[in-house]
Amino acid sequence: MANRAFITVDGNEAAASVAHLTNEVIAIYPITPASNMGELADYWTSRGQTNIFGSVPEVIEMQSEAGAAASAHGALQAGSLTTTFTASQGLLLMIPEMFKIAGELTPTVFHIAARAVATHALSIFGDHSDVMACRSTGWAMLAANSVEEAQDIALIAQAATLRARVPFLHFFDGFRTSHEVNKIEQLTHDDIRWMIDESLVQEHRERALSPDNPVLRGSAQNPDVFFQAREASNPFYLAVPGIVQETMDRFAERIGRQYRLFEYFGSPSARRVLVMMGSGIGAAEEAIERLMAEGEEVGLLKVRLYRPFATEAFLAALPATVERMAVLDRTKEPGAIGEPLYLDVVTALAEGDFGGSVSAESRPACRPEVYGGRYGLASKEFTPAMVAAVFDHLKEPQPKRHFTVGIYDDVTNLSLKWDPSFTTERGDVTRAIFFGLGSDGTVGANKNSVKIIGENTPLFAQGYFVYDSKKSGAVTVSHLRFSPRPIRSTYLIEEANFVACHQFHLIETLDVLKVAARGGTFLLNSPYAADQVWQHLPSQVKRQIVEKQLKFYVVDGHGVARETGMGGRINTAMQACFFALAGMLPRDAAIEEIKNAIRKTYGKRGQSILDQNFSAIDLALERLQEVNVPAGAHAMEEGGTNGFVSFQTNDDFVQRVTAAIFAGRGDLLPVSAMNVDGTFPTGTAKYEKRSIANEIPIWDPSICIDCGLCALVCPHSAIRMKAFPDSALAGKPGGYQSKTWKDKDHADYLLTIQVAPDDCTGCGVCVDVCPAKSKEAVKHKAINMEPKLDHLNRERENFDFFLKIPEFDRTRAKVDVVKGCQLLEPLFEFSGACLGCGETPYLKLMSQLFGDRAIVANATGCSSIYGGNLPTTPWTKDKNGRGPAWCNSLFEDNAEFGLGIRLAADQQRDYATVLLKQFADRLGEIFVSELIESNETDEVSIAAQRDRVARLKRKLAEFNEPKARELASVADALVRRSVWIVGGDGWAYDIGFGGLDHVLTTNRDVNILVLDTGVYSNTGGQASKATPRAAVAKFAANGKAIRKKDLGMLAVAYGNVYVAQIAVGANPNQTLQAMLDAESYRGPSLVLAYSQCIAHGINMTRGMTHQKTIVQTGLWPLFRYDPRLAVAGERPFRLDSRKPTLRFKELAEQEGRFAMIARSDPKNAERLFAMAQKDIDDQWHYYEQMAGVEREIEWSGAKDE
Amino acid sequence: MHADLSTTYLGLKLKNPVIASAGPLTGDFDSLRRLEDHGVAAAVLPSLFEEQIALDEQRINAFEEYQTFSSAESLTFFPQVKEFSVGPQEYLGLIARAAEELSIPIIGSLNGSSPGGWVRYAKLIEEAGAHALELNIYFVPTDPNQSAADVEQRYLDFVARVRNAIQIPIAVKIGAQFTNLTNFVPKLAKAGADGIVLFNRYLEPDIDLDSLQLMPQLVLSHRHELRAPLRWIAILRDHVSMSLAATSGIHYAEDAIKLLLVGADACLVTSTLLRHGIEYVDELRRGIQQWLDEHQYESVEQLKGSMSHSNAPDASNLERANYMKALVSYSPTT
Repeated sequence: MANRAFITVDGNEAAASVAHLTNEVIAIYPITPASNMGELADYWTSRGQTNIFGSVPEVIEMQSEAGAAASAHGALQAGSLTTTFTASQGLLLMIPEMFKIAGELTPTVFHIAARAVATHALSIFGDHSDVMACRSTGWAMLAANSVEEAQDIALIAQAATLRARVPFLHFFDGFRTSHEVNKIEQLTHDDIRWMIDESLVQEHRERALSPDNPVLRGSAQNPDVFFQAREASNPFYLAVPGIVQETMDRFAERIGRQYRLFEYFGSPSARRVLVMMGSGIGAAEEAIERLMAEGEEVGLLKVRLYRPFATEAFLAALPATVERMAVLDRTKEPGAIGEPLYLDVVTALAEGDFGGSVSAESRPACRPEVYGGRYGLASKEFTPAMVAAVFDHLKEPQPKRHFTVGIYDDVTNLSLKWDPSFTTERGDVTRAIFFGLGSDGTVGANKNSVKIIGENTPLFAQGYFVYDSKKSGAVTVSHLRFSPRPIRSTYLIEEANFVACHQFHLIETLDVLKVAARGGTFLLNSPYAADQVWQHLPSQVKRQIVEKQLKFYVVDGHGVARETGMGGRINTAMQACFFALAGMLPRDAAIEEIKNAIRKTYGKRGQSILDQNFSAIDLALERLQEVNVPAGAHAMEEGGTNGFVSFQTNDDFVQRVTAAIFAGRGDLLPVSAMNVDGTFPTGTAKYEKRSIANEIPIWDPSICIDCGLCALVCPHSAIRMKAFPDSALAGKPGGYQSKTWKDKDHADYLLTIQVAPDDCTGCGVCVDVCPAKSKEAVKHKAINMEPKLDHLNRERENFDFFLKIPEFDRTRAKVDVVKGCQLLEPLFEFSGACLGCGETPYLKLMSQLFGDRAIVANATGCSSIYGGNLPTTPWTKDKNGRGPAWCNSLFEDNAEFGLGIRLAADQQRDYATVLLKQFADRLGEIFVSELIESNETDEVSIAAQRDRVARLKRKLAEFNEPKARELASVADALVRRSVWIVGGDGWAYDIGFGGLDHVLTTNRDVNILVLDTGVYSNTGGQASKATPRAAVAKFAANGKAIRKKDLGMLAVAYGNVYVAQIAVGANPNQTLQAMLDAESYRGPSLVLAYSQCIAHGINMTRGMTHQKTIVQTGLWPLFRYDPRLAVAGERPFRLDSRKPTLRFKELAEQEGRFAMIARSDPKNAERLFAMAQKDIDDQWHYYEQMAGVEREIEWSGAKDE
Repeated sequence: MHADLSTTYLGLKLKNPVIASAGPLTGDFDSLRRLEDHGVAAAVLPSLFEEQIALDEQRINAFEEYQTFSSAESLTFFPQVKEFSVGPQEYLGLIARAAEELSIPIIGSLNGSSPGGWVRYAKLIEEAGAHALELNIYFVPTDPNQSAADVEQRYLDFVARVRNAIQIPIAVKIGAQFTNLTNFVPKLAKAGADGIVLFNRYLEPDIDLDSLQLMPQLVLSHRHELRAPLRWIAILRDHVSMSLAATSGIHYAEDAIKLLLVGADACLVTSTLLRHGIEYVDELRRGIQQWLDEHQYESVEQLKGSMSHSNAPDASNLERANYMKALVSYSPTT
């Protein structure tokens, strides 16, 4: 028997490793939380790792999940063992193909990290709503409930599908299983070979399409035979349960772990039994063990094979003593009698009762009552306490037939109460929680710790990591368990005997010690030494330390990191302290193991990296100090710091709901707090005041030249520009600064450039672009990054005052120049986007220019996350309450979704026009014709039309008749709506291209803004068709081999589409002009906006000035194509950038995405760089010719023109 | 009968005094082979910069670590890469191949930045098969608390450390800015240096007047730059027995002759080969040969040092008088 290794991996890796070993073709498309499976498969293939048959699997990234499933279908039909990985909407996109694959009895396994399907909102988190949507496809469905099972069941599914010919969905819970790191026994290649019957693989090949043995498949059938043909596959489905059980038995024979179609856990004489599947089973088993120890007769029936539902096996697995059952579904089907598993259980029991297909001996000896519950939607916590609550509820005389657990439902009162003090954690388990930032390496270090303990000691180890949804200053919480037994605790740690806070400021904003167990250990990364730290702690923290009698340690992790050259990466220092204090290994052995782990992890990165890490360990241990906690009441005397000022608002909903979510109390909100249809107010990001910057830009008016560039490029709208009359300064704070505004039309006006100190992320982009330099010291500019704490109080006062100064009159602003447009109020502010984000400045500019009449259709991606992920949104309103209305539908559908918005706006305007004509005599012919014929082209005409509409509504109110009310309801549409269809290149170039292409041909007035980072940014840098040649990205690990798709020219080819390619950092004026042109064009406009991204491997502080290099190399030529020019007899294509003056190679040296290939594979890099240069040369040549092209565009009469 | 061009440098017997100094031409094997074909006597490979290696390592590390595990949806932003060619492997590979396949001596060159780094990389270069090692020591002191003696001691410490660690000959390449080279250079010899290369040319930045930014730019040497090594080799020749090599501004055979006259054992050339091509080595060799033959010298050895400070007929011109004379001779004539 094989000597198997114990490894620590997450569920995705566990499943993907089997999939890669047992398949020949892997077609994928990234989607959270399944992306990592495809990435790992691609990585293994790029390293030449073979499958068990000895060939390297082909991995291909497709344009969508529909494409991945379709190519998988093709590969299967051609006889290759094929798989894919997906989740949520991705799985839904595969459904049409899945019907085909099953209908053709094709053996395959798709591995699913089960995730919520988007409904009232998107959620990236785990539940079964996606897999449940596949019930009718004819696929077998096998559930894995833990990391180890994700490996085992992946193999069992693969072996079974080959025998059964029925395709299998192998699913496990997104995040809870896919991202949990756990110690598992690794299957060997021989184990896998033992399970896979090669003769069945050959049979699969023999059935394949081949010209040597031609057949027809996928015919069209008429009513005469379709039905019979559909029934012909029945025997295969009937055989599946038997085959799966036999496969499980074969697995057990060799590996020792015995799985069954339905597995019973608990008391053999249980009276109350749960039925469920998925990761929640871990929590349920723990609860049952405790309840049984307390004498309760309870049990759990685990569903392993969900489809085909094996009724007899199900009934056979039930103890005869069961009186009541609760079937727990991790999904919701509104309108159904119950959720799917519940319905199946009820039906199975009924069939047992009624006889039917169930044999006499399988009929249930019991007649249990069945209740259905929902739990854990979108990774809602599911704990042993909740399980206990369900069992308790089953004792009630009249339990709720349908209930929920895990929330407080005060609307339909379906929820069960649970006792949070019910815990199953055992004393011999080390439970550690770490609070850190995404950027400080805490999670990486903790994954490492799990590995060190898991792979070097007999202890079992588990790691689970919680991230907030910000892309800058994101907080991470790591939950680590170390136990002498395998760890099934599939829920967050509620009481930790070790708590570490890796960032001092987090003790001011988070209740980090809430989870600390009495007598536990608290490690704080503190700039203050042990004898000084106490006076700097918030009172609440002091109280908890004293009351819980915590052992309190400090280490200056940042000092250690700084002194050892590790910058902000405090991970190594903090990890060393954890090992020194946690006591799971003798201190010296622990430190040696960390060093070994560092050698493994960082060895290939060079000696200097190893030296740094080793020094950090040694120095951290030297600096680790125990704090002598002051005794008694004296301990609380001195108040600590608390700079937390967020959520000062009078808005009831925001205060009640948004603020609670922000403060981490979202779990406590009842159902009644939620809007019923997913609607939220805009303008809420401004309440967060995250204050994450260490340095902020400080203005020096004596140097400023009023250019407005700083405000234009600020990714977070945290630098503002305002011009105002002198009189506006009455009551200004002492430190408020202003200067004379150089504008001949406003000679008496002053100007202020103001930072929002708590909203700035400290990225420094504004300072980088500032062109005004001091004559005395050149490095001093008109704005300069300075330590925030030196300026915070003053700038807070200043910003508050600045906001009170009236906004500049839009009708008087020169919006077609940068300094003019930056006077307009941004209606997109303080997003959670990355430091230095290249996308957000475009959205902000759009919101300034058109936001007060804009509707935004936003494709899923980075922009939908920083734009619409709770708790807040950066989209906001002006003082009139106007601002962008925003909606994210899906990823793939955004162009069509946005088109629908346009159609409705146009239809409403048309309808208003019809009604206006009916009221013409009473409203006045001239007034009505002004309203109808208004052609809003600038702020003055827009303001005039708004006035007319206001007058119209006042008049209509007087009429008090149905038609008048009807007209009033559509009157706002008489002011031209600005429809913006926004998304990234993954959407526009790949998954949404078909729809985008169609929308371009409709001639409707939509503005499509593509925030082009050249990569799938949100899911972690996978290549898209916008990825430039030679760039390294996931699925292009050896450098992208194909040139970037020229989306702009594809659109130009239509003739009637306004197309612009812009880069705000390279040419702000061209960007501004293009945005104005696009919006004013009454047909479809496509604006491709160059957006730097952290996935480019550049210094994001210099991202905007770096755009100049991008344009100078010709990688991103600037152009505008305006059909109106062609109609006017001019050349429509204008090249706005100069002939390239830099070689691609010079750019390649400056960007990690290009440079890394030069380092990893210099020969290939040389070849790709040469090709990339050729692409540029060729494209430039093509564009130069385009600039001379004349066209005769047939003006098809875009609406309203 | 032709004069014998051979010379001894760092104890290495060279067939002529022309050495290709550290630069782009010695950075790849193909051009090294061409240099050999055209008759250079030895080649100094470009400097292995510890600082550069560490910087690369840091950059790649930062690149791989940047934003990892910071978001639930994107645990990383780049694909895993098997390995990056950071560190000295490529450089050491070049030394090994050149030492193996070429017949001329291969001299490694090292610029360390940490005490451990000097020793570690020196050993690696020796192990790779270099016949000698040139220590390219320089740094720009900006700390006013650091005295001239401190700076010199730093050089001496580096040399001593490396001397203790390796067996092959060591040359030290220094800049001209020392208070008294006749005092300092013998100390270097005592610390273990077998030779001195005069002088290093620093990367001196320019200013872009449009952007008001400092622009680091390396420019090729000019011929007048050979005057400094010429003077100092002449003076040092009388004080030390170690090897002396000249670098900077050696563009023509006549330049080499002059330096050999004052006592150089070898002449290191780069700029002139970059300007005229590798074939120009032939020209230099022929020029030296021709001059020696025409002037009836038997050998380079005979020529070397025949105009050192003590052997020159008007040695005061190597000192301050040189300047005096220049002023006088520059008087306007009527």
